[in-house]
Amino acid sequence: MEVMSKIETSDLNLYYGNFHALKNVNIKIQGQNITSIIGPSGCGKSTLLRTFNRMNDLIEHIRYDGKIIIEGQNILDPDTDMVSLRRKVGMVFQRPNVFNLSIYNNLKFGLRIHRLMSKKEEIMATVRDSLESVGLWEYLKDKLNKNACTLSLEQQQRLCIARVLMLKPDIVLLDEPCSALDPISTLRIEELLRVLKDEYTLVIVTHNMKQAARVSDHTCFMYMGELIEFGDTSQIFTNPKEELTRNYISGHFG
Amino acid sequence: MVREAFAAYIKKLENEVMVMGEMVIAAVTDSVQALKTGDVIAAKRVIEGDSLINKKRLEIEEVCVNFIALQQPVATDLREIVAILYIITDLERIGDYAEGMGKIVIMLGKEPRATSLVGIPAMAEKAIKMLKGSLAAFIGRDIKTAEAICKEDDEVDALYDQVNHKLLLCMIEDPETISRITPLIWASHNLERMADRVTNICERTVYLATGSMREINVSRY
Repeated sequence: MEVMSKIETSDLNLYYGNFHALKNVNIKIQGQNITSIIGPSGCGKSTLLRTFNRMNDLIEHIRYDGKIIIEGQNILDPDTDMVSLRRKVGMVFQRPNVFNLSIYNNLKFGLRIHRLMSKKEEIMATVRDSLESVGLWEYLKDKLNKNACTLSLEQQQRLCIARVLMLKPDIVLLDEPCSALDPISTLRIEELLRVLKDEYTLVIVTHNMKQAARVSDHTCFMYMGELIEFGDTSQIFTNPKEELTRNYISGHFG
Repeated sequence: MVREAFAAYIKKLENEVMVMGEMVIAAVTDSVQALKTGDVIAAKRVIEGDSLINKKRLEIEEVCVNFIALQQPVATDLREIVAILYIITDLERIGDYAEGMGKIVIMLGKEPRATSLVGIPAMAEKAIKMLKGSLAAFIGRDIKTAEAICKEDDEVDALYDQVNHKLLLCMIEDPETISRITPLIWASHNLERMADRVTNICERTVYLATGSMREINVSRY
């Protein structure tokens, strides 16, 4: 029986002006899973990730064709409700981008934008849930009024993940979420991702192939805008089918 | 901090090695029992069962390869994977010796039974005890036991000398026994090799626990 995919692209093409950045990408990403996208700089991995909540739309002269189906809906349709899409498909960036506000207000921020929840008790319960999910509740429960910028980089990145979780998304996109962190913090974030995958669909772009190997269930290798190979992470890293994948993961180029 | 995926892999591998160890212990025990009783049906079961041991070894090897590729183990964890890769190879070979014993039982089935297996059951008992001990030492990272088991190989070698000597005398006394005694010499050789393989397992345990790769007891054979 075929497993239902959470995100499915068909013949997805993306152009930045004349530059053809994604070329006929067909991928089916499963739910409650971690999928890594790897490939050399400029291969289109971040571009692909950002199409999943149409973050690229902020760039001028962008053009798509093909489809991206999330829960039965083609999110490239012009009538897609972008606010609802970005609530459902959250994003965590390379560097922790906490706001210069208290921890509590950082977490509450999205709720205000999306006009979700107004009762204080309800908000507090969600703050607690989100911080518990990222392993920060015990540490921060008495410090919610502290400025978020005073936290360590790892804690800030956890807080950014918690801020996304506040909106109860289905899918969380992570663009190099550990590249600003030291190796131990990186491993801790990876452990967190493993826990989160029970509830969310995680898609992670990483330059760090070893991280993709450690953390993900499925891996997608991209090269010059094309999806070269997509499969179980163990298959990609022990027996890749494509020569390009083999050369890349063996460090022969990139 | 415990990397859960990592710890789960190691646990799974150790469990699987122990499962394979139990399979091999059962195969050796059954093959020796079949030799004692001349039970050809039991011997055939041991021969057929060897493919399951081989399959288990390949499964564990695959998990090891995935572990290296995906989790990038270093230090003790890397040594453990290397140790396991060698241990399963030795276990698989011990399984082959049990299979060989099974074939010997079938071969002997066509011959009149030898009156005595001389010291072969004693050799088998010793080799099985060493095998069980070596697996317990591996799981417990017990260097002292591992080293002591390696020394016990000398006792198996001594028994091997005695058994062969007695079997040779029988053949000299009565050349008609040659066809039914020669397979017994092979059986004792299998048991001697089994014990040598057990010392390899122990050496891997010492390597895993200390990082030092050395031969603890060089077999005379």
